[in-house]
Formats: sequence, C-alpha cells, structure tokens
Amino acid sequence: MSDLLDNKEAATQAVVEWLNKKAKTKSKFYIKDFYKIFPDDKPRMIKKVVNKMVEDGILEFWSSGSTTMYGLKGGGIQHSSEGEN
Amino acid sequence: MAKHETPLLDQLESGPWPSFVSDLKCQAEKRAKNEEGIEFQIPVDVVEDLLGILELSYKHGRTHWKHGGIVGVFGYGGGVIGRYCDQPKNFPGVEAFHTMRVNQPAGKYYKTDYLRTLCDLWDFRGSGVTNMHGSTGDIILLGTTTKQLEEIFWTMTHDMNQDLGGSGSNLRTPSDCLGESRCEYSCYDTNALVHFLTNEYQDELHRPAFPYKFKFKLDGCPNCCVASIARSDMSFIGTWKDDIRIDQDAVNKYVENDPAYPANAGAHKGSKDWGPFDLEKEVLGLCPTKCMKFENKKLFIDNANCTRCMHCINVMPRALKIGKETGCSILCGAKAPILDGAQMGSLLVPFIEVNPDNDYEAITEVIENIWDWWMEEGKNRERLGELIMRQGFQKLLEVTGIDPMPQHVAYPRTNPYIFWKEDEVPGGWERDVDEYRKHHQR
Repeated sequence: MSDLLDNKEAATQAVVEWLNKKAKTKSKFYIKDFYKIFPDDKPRMIKKVVNKMVEDGILEFWSSGSTTMYGLKGGGIQHSSEGEN
Repeated sequence: MAKHETPLLDQLESGPWPSFVSDLKCQAEKRAKNEEGIEFQIPVDVVEDLLGILELSYKHGRTHWKHGGIVGVFGYGGGVIGRYCDQPKNFPGVEAFHTMRVNQPAGKYYKTDYLRTLCDLWDFRGSGVTNMHGSTGDIILLGTTTKQLEEIFWTMTHDMNQDLGGSGSNLRTPSDCLGESRCEYSCYDTNALVHFLTNEYQDELHRPAFPYKFKFKLDGCPNCCVASIARSDMSFIGTWKDDIRIDQDAVNKYVENDPAYPANAGAHKGSKDWGPFDLEKEVLGLCPTKCMKFENKKLFIDNANCTRCMHCINVMPRALKIGKETGCSILCGAKAPILDGAQMGSLLVPFIEVNPDNDYEAITEVIENIWDWWMEEGKNRERLGELIMRQGFQKLLEVTGIDPMPQHVAYPRTNPYIFWKEDEVPGGWERDVDEYRKHHQR
C-alpha cells in the first residue's frame, strides 16, 4: 500500500480535492476513476479505503441497480431532480 | 371499486395464463380490507397506484419510472435498487417504490415459518408484492419507501438471520441447483459451495469493487438446470474424470422394456404413446460423440470420447451413473446481449477438485486471479466476457496461470500465423551469430 493510501486523512483529502475539482462537470464516479488518485496501489486496497469513506459519511453510493458509482455526500444530482434544478 | 380505471391491464387478464394483473388486484383488495389489522407503514393504496401507473405507461407507450438513486442501507453498496415514479401527484403511493434483494439460502430451501415471517414483514413495511425469485436467484421485495429500508434491514439481520443480496457493481448473490441434497446426478455439493462463496466473498457482495456486475452460478452436473453456462460470469458445472458406471443387468431391463425401468425415469409417460423403448434410436443414435455400442447384451462406452452430455444417463438412470471421481468444470464469460450479442461461457478449467476440507482453495485461486485481472483491466461497465473478447482468451490463461489444452479449442485455427512471445521461445529473441554461422553460410 502506498503512503498516501495508508494515511487515512491524506487519502481522504486527496479524494475530496479530486472530486471537488471535477464537480463542475461530473458528480458521480466509477470505482476505476479512483485508481487515478492512487496510481501505485492495487484496486482491492483502493476499494477498501473508498468504501470506508462511504461508511464515514464523506462519500455516498449511487446505484442504477446494475452499476454502482460514488460521489461526495449530498453532491450533484439527487433522485428528485434531473439536472433542471 | 378500484381507485384507477385499468382497461388495458384488464385485457391482459383475458389470456390463458396466470396473470400478474389479477395477483396485483388481489393484493390491492387485501390491503384495502386489511382484515388482519396490519399497521401499514407505507401507503395502503400502494398497489392501486402501481396498477394505475402501469396503465398510464401502457396508454402513453412510455415508462413513468425512474430507476437508480442514493438509497441503500448503511455500509452496503448493494441490495437496494431505488425506484421513483415521475407522476407522484397522481400516484402518491408509488412516489418511492424501492426494490430490495434478499439473499436466498443455498438451494432455495426455506421453512414455512421463515416465509411467513418474511411476508409479514413485507406486508407491514412494504407493498406485500414479491418476486419469487429474481433472475439472480434472490427473493425480490418490490416496493417500499426510503424510510423503511433500515427498519427492514434491522429486522432481517437481527430477527431472521437474513442478509441482503447483491446488486450494482458487486458480486451478485451466488445461485445454485439443489445439488446432492436432492439429485443423484450431482457431482459435488453445490449448496455447500454456494454457502462458502457467499460467506467468503461478503465484502465483494456488499461493497462495490468491480467495473460491473459479476455472477457465480453453480450446477451440480452437465444437465445445467440453473443454466449457469449461459447466465453467469463464472459457471461451475459438475463433472467426473473416470468412467460412467454401468449396470449391465439394468441396461438389459431397459432394452426388454421392463415396466419398472421406464425411459427417462418415466418423465415422458402420459403425454403420448411413445412406443417401446429403442436403445439404438433413443440412446446410441443420439450420443453426440458416437462413443457407445451395444453388442451381445453388453453396453460399451468409450469414456475417453465421452463429452459428458448426460443424455444416456438421463434416459437410463437406473442403468448408468456418473463416475466416482467427481469435481467441476469452470467456464467464464457468459452474458446477456448488451454489447456484442449474448455469449455463452468458455471452458477455462476442464476439471477442478471441489474440496471443502481445504476451503475450496483450488477454486478460490482461480476466482481471485480473474478478479485481479478484471479489476485492473476491465473498462467501466465491461463484463468479464467482454474483456476476454477484447484481450483474448490467451490473456485469461496467462493471468490464471493455466496452460492451454485441447479442451480450450472451440474449433481448429484458420490463421496459419502464430505470434510467439519472447519468453515462449527457447533463447528468446537473442541469438549467437557465430554459432549460427557454423551451420549456415553467408
């Protein structure tokens, strides 16, 4: 595991910063998108850390039923709107 | 009187088959009467509104459902599928109508009191409408509100020892046939393996880790009652290594048309008069590899050429039995036709031992090698079968450390060129020119 992924606070900060940077264009991300933040780590380890962030209330799942995505909690389009505010 | 007029749905009831519309109407009426005095936690007219919105969809020729959302239970990335309707003013009962997937037990064995408790819970906190079972094998509970999800989950996990199933980019609930618990053809204990895989891969079931869905399905024998070969990313099909066991006396009883030895164990009796049993026509002539013969009242099977199609065993179950050295085959990559058409599983491991004493380590090693590759290389929403098509079956063999073998070949190659890799060629790409010149002039 890389030092970045191993350090919970630093990893969280890196994820939140990355998601905020993308927030203007996108609010939901595939698990693979998180691999870019931690290029030196194995997918399984990244998934564990990212799922912990969901448990901690920093991120939230969005699921279509067939695919699951991740986003910042409360961010982006919620179910009740379809981009029309 | 019904809350909504449903002439188009009513017409569906006129067909010859059991109708889901009739079932829904029955459930709507049951909720309206509420003879059991249930304190419904979601609108009492949820099923009336469900019928109403379905009628509207038929009328408009378009759906009024939105699927997907943020709903779920704490810590789980699957098991709940958000459903909302886009006509909440007209149909408030189904404004939120979420689906819950409940992990069915191995072999789908239930006690009746379990089913009653589950249905009571669903009448109390949901619509009471179920789907037994969904394609994944789960018990599907159709229709509840967001507020009820955690309550239902708490009751299931604390009072019923029951977990949710998989959905989204997770491992889906593993599914199996009855296996050895009821079937003499089963080559391994499917129920034990499905139970083991469900427990072993809890994290993958509940916390999304994959590019897309991933399904395990287990069949005890090549009859493939679960159709795992067509419906799962990884299919485990029971098979055997040694010879089909033959009881020659029983074979002759079939040939003599002894009434205690009906073909196919009597499964086709009664539909019409099929005439006397004809071994040549019904068994030997239908063997796909023609590896059988019957001479001097003795049946011979050339087992080396048998493909374990099960036909002869199915026709004469009292005379022929599966071999004693049993295990399973693993096939990979089946999927439904979203991209590139539907695909059947490709044989990866012709025979693997199914050994609970070492926690099925031979099987879990194959699974985890495949997952590591797919998680690394799979594109978003790419099924394993599509990755195999994109990078090649050879790559799958490399990542699983399995040597190519004749059983992997579907048909002889049509291209005369072979592209070798450096490590596959003795000495690699480097060569000693002086050594070469000893044998070849300039």
